[in-house]
Amino acid sequence: MTAALCVGLAAFSLFLATIGKSPVEFYGLVYKAGFGTSFSWANTLSRTAPLLLAALCVALPARLGLIVIGGEGAIVLGGVAAGAVAMAAPGLPGGVGIALMAAAAALIGGAWIGAIGLLRYKRGVNETIASLLMAYIALALMNHLVEGPLRDPASLNKPSTAPLPEGFRIGDLPGLDVHWGLAVGVLGCVIAWALMERTRWGFAARIIGGNLRAAQVQGLPVGRLLFCWTALGGAFAGLAGMMEVAAVHGSANASLAAGYGYTGILVAFLARQNMLAIIPVAILLAGFEAANGLTQRRMDLPDATVLVLQGFVFIAILASETFYGRFKMFQPDRWSRS
Amino acid sequence: MTVRIPLHRRTFLKAAGASALGVAASALPFSAARASGLTVGFIYVGPKDDYGYNQAHAEGAAAVKAMSGVTVVEEENVPETVDVQKSMESMINFDGAALLFPTSFGYFDPHILAVAPKYKDVRFEHCGGLWSADKHPANTGSYFGYIGMGQYLNGIAAGHMTKSKKIGFVAAKPIPQVLLNINSFLLGARAVDPAITCRVIFTGEWSMAVKEAEATNALADQGVDVVTCHVDGPKVVMETAAGRGAYLCGYHANQAPLAPEKYLTGAEWNWAEVYTGMVKQALAGETIGNFVRGGLAEGFVKMSPLGPAMTDAARKQFAATHAEIMKGGFAVIKGPLKSNAGKVIATAGQSFQESDVALERMDYLVEGVLGATS
Repeated sequence: MTAALCVGLAAFSLFLATIGKSPVEFYGLVYKAGFGTSFSWANTLSRTAPLLLAALCVALPARLGLIVIGGEGAIVLGGVAAGAVAMAAPGLPGGVGIALMAAAAALIGGAWIGAIGLLRYKRGVNETIASLLMAYIALALMNHLVEGPLRDPASLNKPSTAPLPEGFRIGDLPGLDVHWGLAVGVLGCVIAWALMERTRWGFAARIIGGNLRAAQVQGLPVGRLLFCWTALGGAFAGLAGMMEVAAVHGSANASLAAGYGYTGILVAFLARQNMLAIIPVAILLAGFEAANGLTQRRMDLPDATVLVLQGFVFIAILASETFYGRFKMFQPDRWSRS
Repeated sequence: MTVRIPLHRRTFLKAAGASALGVAASALPFSAARASGLTVGFIYVGPKDDYGYNQAHAEGAAAVKAMSGVTVVEEENVPETVDVQKSMESMINFDGAALLFPTSFGYFDPHILAVAPKYKDVRFEHCGGLWSADKHPANTGSYFGYIGMGQYLNGIAAGHMTKSKKIGFVAAKPIPQVLLNINSFLLGARAVDPAITCRVIFTGEWSMAVKEAEATNALADQGVDVVTCHVDGPKVVMETAAGRGAYLCGYHANQAPLAPEKYLTGAEWNWAEVYTGMVKQALAGETIGNFVRGGLAEGFVKMSPLGPAMTDAARKQFAATHAEIMKGGFAVIKGPLKSNAGKVIATAGQSFQESDVALERMDYLVEGVLGATS
């Protein structure tokens, strides 16, 4: 994977060189703006938080052989659910309110993505297409709700739900300029890893991913497992939306659709659907994004540069999967001998 | 195909990666962009060349760039999330920006409000409104222009040029600023011919090219022959409408280059005037006002040069109304006026000046507009 990453970065260097920009300067700026100073780290880690949970929504179903790319839908609905809870019960004590918001967000996110797993099992609906299309439905639903029934009449030019009561807000990690979403994301990855790698439900899930027929022959409850694991992924994504509302926006509105769900796909694939590998990969990609501004300002590069970089890396990863085992140098045993 | 690599792959890659990073980090001459003088940062929510909202601001930034003693740094396509908070902080920390113009409406609450208290020496000027002394930090401020009057003038041009007596408006969301523009456009056209109606379609998004094209085509299918819009980037609407043979009234920036023969005029922001004024104040050590507003008369808004299609009668009424607006005191929303749902908006003799805060809470479409706010 490191090799694919390096190939991607090298190819991107060539791309930069052909448009007359210095790759050395570019990577230098990425280092400086993403990882070079304490502010850079705060910047990177703030952007990491939603990516962790969004990536889990891809990685968990992927271990059962499902490619779910519509986590964005669960994120925005999770955010709306959190906003709705805050509007319904603003008088609750802060801790209870936060717990309720998290529960509502996880529930709606879980139901949204879980439904995709269920559709796959019951009706054979392609989960990739279904999840993508359902993300658009989720967006439309969010727009309808925050501009209609859930709109705070005081939010004139930017329709939003009512501002969260002060006690419902989630602050920064102690001593850091990064909100609690990071801790929740890291914890989510660890829990997901433990569930997937260290429990029998995880083992069953991996059997389904490896060979569906074998799982059925073994008598595993395939339908229930598919639903539960996709729902768990959706719950994490819903939680990401709730963290955005409680820690960043302070109310639910159209800004929730920031594309974290889609960057999460890249993170999960780069991490090869390994729950723990998601953490460093998310930090790396967040660092690239954190550097986007500085490279625009210093090198006069368009903002799409980081997207191009992510594209190069993604293609390198996909290509490496294809090549894996096909040529001698990619054969696993060649490298494990020493 | 045999490839022999004498090194263990992982070791090799690690070494290569580390050395590359080391070289990059050490050998790089980080050019200090902190020039003496004032560094001004501009942040846009979309691309700088969208023929619309963001381009209008970028043109203002370009005027600031031409001033001496000023360094301009810009970032485009910055979402209204933690991204914009960090973009502002990055401009302050890495570029030494002391005056920031985060130009999207959604940047203010909560993002500017979260960052501004941390940097008391930096001035945050936000486009769109809402600043109030008792709620917001003193180092933040808001500015905006009354562009509804520009849409009224668009309406006058449209009123003369429409043959079907149907004009059309592609709108993003039914919020007060947009509704005022739609109402002003229709009322301008009705100042020419009271039989004219305006069809409006809301796309629901500030920037969604597919829906904008569909809406424009739907308008043309209904016989609309003059089109304007209020979306972030009017390019798609203008090109689609021109392709369907309709005349165009521009918005945000000058879209004449997209279809010079069909372009009548347009309501444009004149941010160059506002930004150079504010930067001059900052350079002179003066404090920029916390709540700055202006319209056509104050130079915040301007009209695109009239297109070749405009008839003499149209030019004449356009010029006369324009002159009247420049004198001040002109009101577009005045009685007797009803909403298209039959509610009385203003009784005879009642009128709302463009600066009236009641207009910033507009929630209706006036009689003659075919469409609904929800």
